[in-house]
Amino acid sequence: MGLGIMLVWMAWKHVRTGDPVWRQASVFWVKVYGLVFALGIATGLVQEFAFGMNWSQYSRFVGNVFGSLLAAEGVFAFALEGGFLGLMLFGGDRLGSRMWLAATFLVVFGAHFSALWILMANSWMQTPQGFEQHASQWGPMAFMTNFGSVLNTPSFLPRLLHVWVASWIIGSALVLSVSAWYLLKNRHQEFARRNFSAAVKLFTVLAILQVFIFGAQMAISVTENQPEKLASIEGNWTSESCAPLYVVGWVDASAEKTYAIGVPCLLSFLSYGSFDATVPGLETFPKDEWAPVNLAFQAYHVMIDLGFLFPLIGVVAWFVWWRRKREGMPRWLLWVCISTVFLAEVATIAGWWTAEVGRQPWLVWKVLRTDAGVSPTLTTGQVLLSLITFALLYTLLLVLFLFLLDRKIKHGPEAVPEEAHVSDLPDTFREVFRSRSQGRASGELELEDHVAR
Amino acid sequence: MSLADLWFVLFVAIIGAYIVLDGFDLGVGMLHPFAAKEDRERRIVLNSIGPIWDGNEVWLVVGGGVLFAAFPVVYAAMFSGFYWALMFVLIALILRTVAIEFRGKRDSSRWRGLWDSVFSAASFCLALLLGVAFGNVVTGVPLDKNGEVRIDTLLDLLHPFVLFLGVTTVAMLLMHGALYLVVKTEGDLQARVRRWVPLFIGLFTLTAAISAVWIAVSDYGVTDTFRDDVWTIVFPMAALVAYVVMIVMVRRGKDFAAFFASSALLFMSLATISAGLYPNMLKSSTNPAYSMTVSNASAEHYTLTVMLVVAIIGIPFVLLYTGGVQYLFSGKVKLTESSY
Repeated sequence: MGLGIMLVWMAWKHVRTGDPVWRQASVFWVKVYGLVFALGIATGLVQEFAFGMNWSQYSRFVGNVFGSLLAAEGVFAFALEGGFLGLMLFGGDRLGSRMWLAATFLVVFGAHFSALWILMANSWMQTPQGFEQHASQWGPMAFMTNFGSVLNTPSFLPRLLHVWVASWIIGSALVLSVSAWYLLKNRHQEFARRNFSAAVKLFTVLAILQVFIFGAQMAISVTENQPEKLASIEGNWTSESCAPLYVVGWVDASAEKTYAIGVPCLLSFLSYGSFDATVPGLETFPKDEWAPVNLAFQAYHVMIDLGFLFPLIGVVAWFVWWRRKREGMPRWLLWVCISTVFLAEVATIAGWWTAEVGRQPWLVWKVLRTDAGVSPTLTTGQVLLSLITFALLYTLLLVLFLFLLDRKIKHGPEAVPEEAHVSDLPDTFREVFRSRSQGRASGELELEDHVAR
Repeated sequence: MSLADLWFVLFVAIIGAYIVLDGFDLGVGMLHPFAAKEDRERRIVLNSIGPIWDGNEVWLVVGGGVLFAAFPVVYAAMFSGFYWALMFVLIALILRTVAIEFRGKRDSSRWRGLWDSVFSAASFCLALLLGVAFGNVVTGVPLDKNGEVRIDTLLDLLHPFVLFLGVTTVAMLLMHGALYLVVKTEGDLQARVRRWVPLFIGLFTLTAAISAVWIAVSDYGVTDTFRDDVWTIVFPMAALVAYVVMIVMVRRGKDFAAFFASSALLFMSLATISAGLYPNMLKSSTNPAYSMTVSNASAEHYTLTVMLVVAIIGIPFVLLYTGGVQYLFSGKVKLTESSY
């Protein structure tokens, strides 16, 4: 989604300014997008299979409610992405700037739309409503009573925006990192400058918004809807007024103590808008409904610490970039910029861990416990074996992905495309279809001369 | 016809679309190392499905989602019951996807050779596994009263008939993929594939005939429908007509028509077996009372209604742009800068 937004923006700039450097940028980044997308499809399929494979009791229990969201995702969004991806990836030498923008936009829109349905489904697990439970031939099940409230659960909107913005931050951080690396190595200067300049602004603005608006809204949503989760991720054992917001620490769950450095009273303020507000601690909740506190605490704090770091990096990099455009950026700062994409990935994954670990021991909040959702026919050994298989496979994919990405980045963008060539390409629906049928009539496709290598 | 029946029909249609569309992808994958002699030809074969394979795989995702929503207990039983089969399906799907994407990224023949092998092996495994999984749906599985498949080892899901249906699927997709490649290629490559088409048709005819007899002779309860509801004979008849049309078109050298007929043949074969299974979706070999039928396994009326609205709004768009994109990339494959 994040890189997609950058691609839409680049294609848009090319339409608006006609500056071929943006076309060059699109051609370069769309290849990276293809690589990312292939891995996304490959690993995304696992998700849909895994509900049934590992969580058969869960699937039976929630199918009436949860399944329809996944089905809608497939019909509405995934099909849009999958359908137009080919056009987007192969658009560089088939489509004019406006049509390529349209194809790119549709894929990226599809990706966001897809995330919307998935996050609806996830939000329903966090803050379930719009259903009732009763018995069936196959045991107790949840039955949908109101589709509207299933779609729009209390945590949905904050979660959606939080995740969208997180992915945009990763996308802009990727462009920022790569262009900083080119600047550092003195390669593809013009390309790098333009990309850096665009990415640093977007990254900074998004990072600031994420902390002060979207992240904060998410935290408020957790406070309101899942106070148990807030207590776990903050390592907050006793209810206190003027509760501190920790920065780093360690939770000793057996002693029910948290050793941490924090800002006094800030949690009370952020959660309830008042420094004196009482934040309920874990002691107020039944012990068998506590999440694994230290894990949730660490995941959450990795996320927020990085979250506070990003605006700082962004503002400094933007300021220095603005002041020293001519003489160039200091090397250390370029290295910091290069690190942003890795840090943003870590922060986002830590955020997911916060959401999912913090929800424990529930699979569906206060409705279905995690241990009641598993596939009873599987043995621990089987699940472990499949987990190890996936771990190995994913590691292999990650290594290959990084290897190929690294090569692609080192190879750098192709030469700036010739304007004449681009403007020859079909650029309206009518032209696209006409060129198609002419190509067929003469037994040749357009761009025959462009044929490659 | 109840709403659950309608969803059964829609589900079969979605899986049918998947088999027709991803079917030729898999067939092309299996043929890839044999049909193409050097790198340029291999790229042509790969790019014949290049811009559309992910759109085709979407139908599997939609099918999975629809099964989850409309028949949750069947989804839960099948996916957890066929655990290892689906693990292998997933591994094959993942490796096949990345093989397509990774192959062209380096200019080394060892690198490309490696991913070519992965691509075709994964395609073969998928064709076989899908056939085997479907075979188990035909024969029924040991379902208990809670809707879980109780098996001791993976071998319990590998009866001879089931394995043979896997082989039949491989033969069917080889035929389908070859007909597709004939449409998409030209020159030596096309001539080579064209020569194999009768062979694959023969192989398919043989295996499909044996499977059909096997089903008829064994007591799988798949033939009852056609006795009870005679009109359902239209599905096998349509499959037969498509088969004859395919052979005629192959003889006349009408490549696209032959491929189209083969698509209809695949779709109608699935429709035939599904009609035969109806009203069962997953039969219990332990106790018929535990079998999952269209009516006892379906989601509630409200969910099915909501889903129907989703489908009515969404599916026409899917058809429109899948059709549009397939049309844009139709015709003979031409390699360009951005090809795989």
